[in-house]
Amino acid sequence: MTTRRSFIKGTGSIVLYFNVMPFDAGVRAANVTELPQSLASNPSLDTWLRIGGDGAITLSPGKCELGQGVQTALAQIAAEELDVDLGRVQVLTVDTAYSPDEAYTSGSRSIEHSGAAIRMAAAEARAILIELAADELDASPDRIGVRNGKFLLDGAATPLDYGSVIAEKTLARHASGSIPVKGRDRYQIVGRSAERIDIPAKVFAENAYIHDMRLDGMLHARVVRTGDREAKLSLRADIDAVMDSPGVIKVVRDGSFLAVVAGREEQAVSAARQLAALCDWKHEPLPFDELSVSEWLREAPAEVKVVAERGAVGSSGIARKVGRSYSRAFQAHASLSPSAAIAHRQGDRLTVWSHSQGVYPLRGAIAKIVGLDEENVQCIHAQASGCYGHNGADDAACDAALIAMQMPGKPIRLQWSRADEFLGEPYGSAMTTEIVAGIDDGGRIVDWAFDVWSGSHSTRPRGVNGAGRFLAARQLARPLPVPPVGNIPQPRGGGDRNAVPIYSFANHRVTKHLVPDVRLRVSALRALGAYTNVFAIESFMDEIAREQGEDPIDFRIRHLDDERAIGVLNKLRKQMSAAGMESDKAPAGVGIGMARYKNSGAYCAVAMRVAVDPDDGQIKLHRALCAVDVGLVINPDGVINQIEGGIIQASSWTIREQVRLGRDGAVSKDWVSYPILSFAEVPTVEVALVDQLDELPLGAGEAAHGPTAAAIANAVARATGKRIRDLPLTPARVRQA
Amino acid sequence: MSINFNLNGNDVELDVPPDSALLYVLRNDLQLNSPKFGCGLAQCGTCTVLLNGKPVRSCVIPVASAAGQNVVTVEGLGSRDAPHPLQAAFIKLQAMQCGYCANGIVMSAAALLQENPSPTEEQIRSALAGNLCRCGAHGRIVQAISEAARNHRGDGRS
Repeated sequence: MTTRRSFIKGTGSIVLYFNVMPFDAGVRAANVTELPQSLASNPSLDTWLRIGGDGAITLSPGKCELGQGVQTALAQIAAEELDVDLGRVQVLTVDTAYSPDEAYTSGSRSIEHSGAAIRMAAAEARAILIELAADELDASPDRIGVRNGKFLLDGAATPLDYGSVIAEKTLARHASGSIPVKGRDRYQIVGRSAERIDIPAKVFAENAYIHDMRLDGMLHARVVRTGDREAKLSLRADIDAVMDSPGVIKVVRDGSFLAVVAGREEQAVSAARQLAALCDWKHEPLPFDELSVSEWLREAPAEVKVVAERGAVGSSGIARKVGRSYSRAFQAHASLSPSAAIAHRQGDRLTVWSHSQGVYPLRGAIAKIVGLDEENVQCIHAQASGCYGHNGADDAACDAALIAMQMPGKPIRLQWSRADEFLGEPYGSAMTTEIVAGIDDGGRIVDWAFDVWSGSHSTRPRGVNGAGRFLAARQLARPLPVPPVGNIPQPRGGGDRNAVPIYSFANHRVTKHLVPDVRLRVSALRALGAYTNVFAIESFMDEIAREQGEDPIDFRIRHLDDERAIGVLNKLRKQMSAAGMESDKAPAGVGIGMARYKNSGAYCAVAMRVAVDPDDGQIKLHRALCAVDVGLVINPDGVINQIEGGIIQASSWTIREQVRLGRDGAVSKDWVSYPILSFAEVPTVEVALVDQLDELPLGAGEAAHGPTAAAIANAVARATGKRIRDLPLTPARVRQA
Repeated sequence: MSINFNLNGNDVELDVPPDSALLYVLRNDLQLNSPKFGCGLAQCGTCTVLLNGKPVRSCVIPVASAAGQNVVTVEGLGSRDAPHPLQAAFIKLQAMQCGYCANGIVMSAAALLQENPSPTEEQIRSALAGNLCRCGAHGRIVQAISEAARNHRGDGRS
């Protein structure tokens, strides 16, 4: 007889369904859905999900926990589809030995990408297991239900559960895309706040971070460098004295790459300090300073491209023309934990633990720079502090690998100093923008020309061909060539992220000027160009509204036809009213900003109340309100936490942060020369979610940064009558405005 | 050279270089995770421990100056089975993103609550002047400390 089990093992499933989108709630017979990108690339179900004979459920995503709760949200999605309690789902870290390859954890896309794959994989796993249970119970599958991993027959308990029907290879099969995911109206776990699964280990100081790893025989290493990767090293004296220092085991030098290994960590720190005193670094001076960088960007060699165009700018009836320019300084990720890595060479194999955002791309780049085959390098993710984009994580992994290759058999723990981190990390590029708008008789913007000048936001050492982007790659005696910088195309965009207006101006033209060489090393900092572009657009909208005596929310809404954008603005208006913060009535000092992140992600509207000291120009941030629409919400408290953090971080960027520049490069090297907002200086934040059960779930980590910058600048303009168009809004700029 | 001090209620004796920063001794010799390296400059607070009840930056204190003193870290405050009110409140309010700042902040807060069992929000913010948070979890952290203060008083612990 043909059992259902053999049928499952055979050709495929019984009923084919069609889903318009991976997350579509509907169950429509007819066809097989296209697999989500991550699942199509990693189609075997057991790559994502493993269920033991004891019923233990292990989720193995390709996205790294960066301290934003992604493991919890993904576990919620898996638990929901599997009908098990959330607490039963264990989540593995990302490891090139076994994880699906989902490249980088970035761009607020983990829920979209990994979530879609896990949802579909878990739904299919459940269906397969139900078939097996049905076979055992000699019943049709439609009579089988699941409650916390136990099978029900016609709603009554059975002795069977997931563990008792699964065999070793049950999930070793490709996703078919033919199993419908659960309807959202039946959600029990998704959409409800869940405590993050990574938090208890952190609160109780268990082994939570890469810094907490202690391998047998591990040695401590430090690098000695300036941040300038092209700086050439010469030593003033020989290093014998350093070699004689207590605990020093080896000094590694390859060209301008210099590192020291010691038995005790503080011995490595001390020896690195001694080495640094022997170093002479030859730099090329910077062609700009803090004040002239915007002007320099406009004149520098650039790749120029019109990235969006509607109608013909200049053709409509224009009553007046307004031009304004907005900019921001270089800004730092300034992660709280300096980058660290452990590398261990055993024969021709190398294992690297890193807090990289992408262990697969890292593996290829490390293999290339150390000269091993990719399959002989294993990269394993371990957590660190928040990275907020491409910080020093990959570079520290490369440093550790270079040292470990010279010390086979010894696990090498490399940790950067605070100065290494500030000087070595790739910054968020300085940017400048110019808006020229035409306004008609009715006060409506009809013409919009937007130009943005920026360095790259994409210089990660991705794979074998990206190894030249490591900080150390240029320092080696035989330096690797630097690959061309990344130029992320629309609709995501790099420097032009969110440069295309959400407003329906009759004509618009957006031009990106990518300056490939901005002299300082730059890459992805949270939100990329969106932070500056939204600041520019939303400042401009506010300026025009104010000049015309219009309510800033009404003015925006009359240029919008996107209902969800209007929705968050209206929600924000209600919040402001309830809080006594209406922008048009409040005492001077309330401003708003709104954007849809990447023009395809979350909608976010922020209001900020500020006070400005007229004498010293200090801005005090009092209170932020925020309305956010991330589509389907997986973990409401997780989303609120992300938005709160985004608003506070962007507040710090906006009124405080800039990488200080000297003659030869950056000089910010600690928290005094790169101050961030303190506990006494951050605003209180209240976030309201606009839940959209029928929309795709969207990431929240980067949605608030641009709107917050604009809300603060607009609030300062209200408070002082002075418009500041350059970030950060320093007291000096407030005084001089 | 042998150095003795009391760590989380237990006497420890170590043979370590006396000028080693207390942080490295706690992390590497005593294998504690709670004090963390953040800057090595006493600027960020991630390495905060209590020395005789006072919050100090263990990254700049030579281990020799802890000789004969009492050192308390998060490991000495509570455990999963018996969490300190601060730990319970940090979990309840999900008062972190990456959490790298949290252990240092909990120690600063523990010192505050010993001196002032009923701090205002402003006093909490002021007590955390030496602790940085980069993810922006400040609001939750302040609320968690307020909540812990209420529970701390409520259960009669000092």
